[in-house]
Amino acid sequence: MEQVEDHAIEVGTVQDLDGYQGALGGLTRREFLSYCTGVAATLGLSSMMGLRIAAAATAPARPPVIWLSAQECTGCTESLLRAYHPTLETLILDMISLDYHEALCAGAGHQAEAYRAQSMKANWGKYILVVDGSIPTKDGGIYCMVAGRPILETVREAAEGAAVIIGIGSCASWGGIPSSDPNPTGAQSVHAVLPGKTVVNIPGCPPNPYNFLSTVLYLLTFGKPPELDSKNRPRFAYGRLIHENCERRPHFDAGRFALEFGDFGHRQGFCLYKIGCKGPETYANCPAIGFGDVGEGNWPVGIGHPCFGCTEEGVGFTKPLHALSRVKTYAPPTAFPAVDATKGEGVTPAAVAIIAGAAGLAVGAGAMALRGMDGKDESAAGSSHDSER
Amino acid sequence: MSALAHRPLGGRILTKPVFILGFFVLLGAYFIARRFIFGLGDVSHMSNGYPLGVWVAIDVVVGTAFGCGGYAMALLIYIFNRNTYHPLMRPALLGGVFGYTLAGLAVMIDLGRYWNAFNLLMPWYAQLNSVIFEVALCVMAYTTVLWIEFWPVFLERMPPAFKQRFNLEKFQAFLKRYMFVFIGLGVLLPTMHQSSLGSVLLVMGSKLSPLWYTAWLPLLFLISALTMGYSVVLLESTLVSRAFRLPSESALLTPLSRIVAGLLALFLLIRFGALLAGGHLNLVFAGDRLSSLFLIETALFLAPLFILASPGGRGSQRWRFLAAVSLLAGGSLYRINAYLMAVDPGNGWVYFPSAPELMITVGVVCLEIMLYLFFIKTLPILHGSANQSHGRLL
Repeated sequence: MEQVEDHAIEVGTVQDLDGYQGALGGLTRREFLSYCTGVAATLGLSSMMGLRIAAAATAPARPPVIWLSAQECTGCTESLLRAYHPTLETLILDMISLDYHEALCAGAGHQAEAYRAQSMKANWGKYILVVDGSIPTKDGGIYCMVAGRPILETVREAAEGAAVIIGIGSCASWGGIPSSDPNPTGAQSVHAVLPGKTVVNIPGCPPNPYNFLSTVLYLLTFGKPPELDSKNRPRFAYGRLIHENCERRPHFDAGRFALEFGDFGHRQGFCLYKIGCKGPETYANCPAIGFGDVGEGNWPVGIGHPCFGCTEEGVGFTKPLHALSRVKTYAPPTAFPAVDATKGEGVTPAAVAIIAGAAGLAVGAGAMALRGMDGKDESAAGSSHDSER
Repeated sequence: MSALAHRPLGGRILTKPVFILGFFVLLGAYFIARRFIFGLGDVSHMSNGYPLGVWVAIDVVVGTAFGCGGYAMALLIYIFNRNTYHPLMRPALLGGVFGYTLAGLAVMIDLGRYWNAFNLLMPWYAQLNSVIFEVALCVMAYTTVLWIEFWPVFLERMPPAFKQRFNLEKFQAFLKRYMFVFIGLGVLLPTMHQSSLGSVLLVMGSKLSPLWYTAWLPLLFLISALTMGYSVVLLESTLVSRAFRLPSESALLTPLSRIVAGLLALFLLIRFGALLAGGHLNLVFAGDRLSSLFLIETALFLAPLFILASPGGRGSQRWRFLAAVSLLAGGSLYRINAYLMAVDPGNGWVYFPSAPELMITVGVVCLEIMLYLFFIKTLPILHGSANQSHGRLL
């Protein structure tokens, strides 16, 4: 706990939490349950969930999670709210203790900030730190102030006591849209402002919620992050190019491309490479898992829009939308052979000679065998004729 | 029938025909080695359009039909209890052993990633909706069953001291006691996979010409396998008895021919009935390549039907032999047509086997004949005459 003092968390600003909890403590059991059911209704959950919220709220310690938001649009959170297996509430009610999240926490203002500080102090070295949004570094980070402090400082402070740091979204992973030219705020990724720390990146704009949830559940289950690639992205989600699993890939290979929006090829569902699809240089599992839990094909390319490479640094928000991508596997040829061109190999003289020879041999052998058969009474067969050998 | 009647034929093993066959076997082995060193493309003309080449169409589909002698005879002898035919059983079984074992060899040459083949036997990888999977498992199982059925032949030939040393007498007794299980399997398994060879073509759908494509393909393949199996027995018995001056088995072959004629009539009835029902009879006289193939095939089926339907034809060794040859040629052509010639995958694909590809098939067939000669000379398979000594190497 000395570390807390070392890193000078503003414990002084922690308000009288006991007094606050005492306020709740004054409720009767009935009133408390009725309150929890009300919360569930607010969240659009069934009234049964009220009981679970109550149970979860009084459950023994779950891994605490501090979620900091920097220069972000809350898209990552919105994406998470649309997850159904597991649902976000399963995660935050059963699996983790989401102690601070600007958009989701019940408290506000000083109260929320105080609770964050309290939780960090109590769980120093044990909590999971999640950051969404990029970190402005120009002019001392004054372009993103939360609770009167530059978010840069808050993130650096929280990172010191974090067991694991997760950067969710492209902004946190590599800078995202705030870091695009001319980058007026000097926006940087989370790992760029935390030298020497390992940040698990879940890029995407927004990222698929299941990539985040799966990473967190992996962490909770195994106590360590899943296997990561060179950019610290979980390999299970970012190990392959979109191009590799794209349902339109056969069109790419066969040279069938949409050339502009609404043309014949586009309406036929042809490959979108020539209208700027960045699938061939973007690593993500979008074609494999889709979005919104409504079945296959529900992802940008699936609904007819070229991938714009949101997960990939130097592609998303950087390359022009309709510029050709740099194909990492192999580029299509400029001209394709006609579909009915002769393929495979046909007759060769040697093959015909062999077949003719075999047929001749069979006929000859058959004739030789027939020669001795008298056709009427063969009871003495083999006694009155020369054998073939 | 007593097993004592079976005896090795004896005689020289390295005869002139064996040297000639051996040359082709070595040539085949050379190309097989090339296939395993340089890959399939080095020796074969198979392609994405024609993934089933001559090795499948001839070595497996035709080869196992030739190997159905054992199946057909077992069905007749053990299921329909026609024990009089028993002397024909062992040579037919031997034909089955080679037909199926070498079909398996051909498949291993044909498989692009043969080292994965063992996965077929892993139940957790089983794709139960796949026809090819059923064929593969069935053929593997049946090959094993055939060798088990064939084991008594080896055991009879072994010196008693050797058998005692390895406690093989117990094994022999076990085989004798439970052989009925293997015989049952030996009838069940070919029924399954020979009809499945037809089901494989059902999957081809419109790739296969309507002259061959019908929902009855599985039954047609099963019946043609039976007729071909019996024909092999007719042919083999005639050739062997003449070549090795054995007593003719004419008394058995004449009534057997009648069964062949009946099956053949059923085959043609279904074949033409299906064409008529499908409305494709006009294609028979279309005058193109496929209609010619169909007509040749039908002629090769009709000739043995007419020969074997008449008592005179059945009784004559010459006519019986001709009928068997014609039927085997027709049956082979039917299978090759259905698997290769009448298949058009579209999009401009063509296929004709390459010379090395054919030489591998020729080599495998020669190996089969060579081993057959070697086995009947050294093992108690045929009802031999007593005046011949055991096999000598030269």
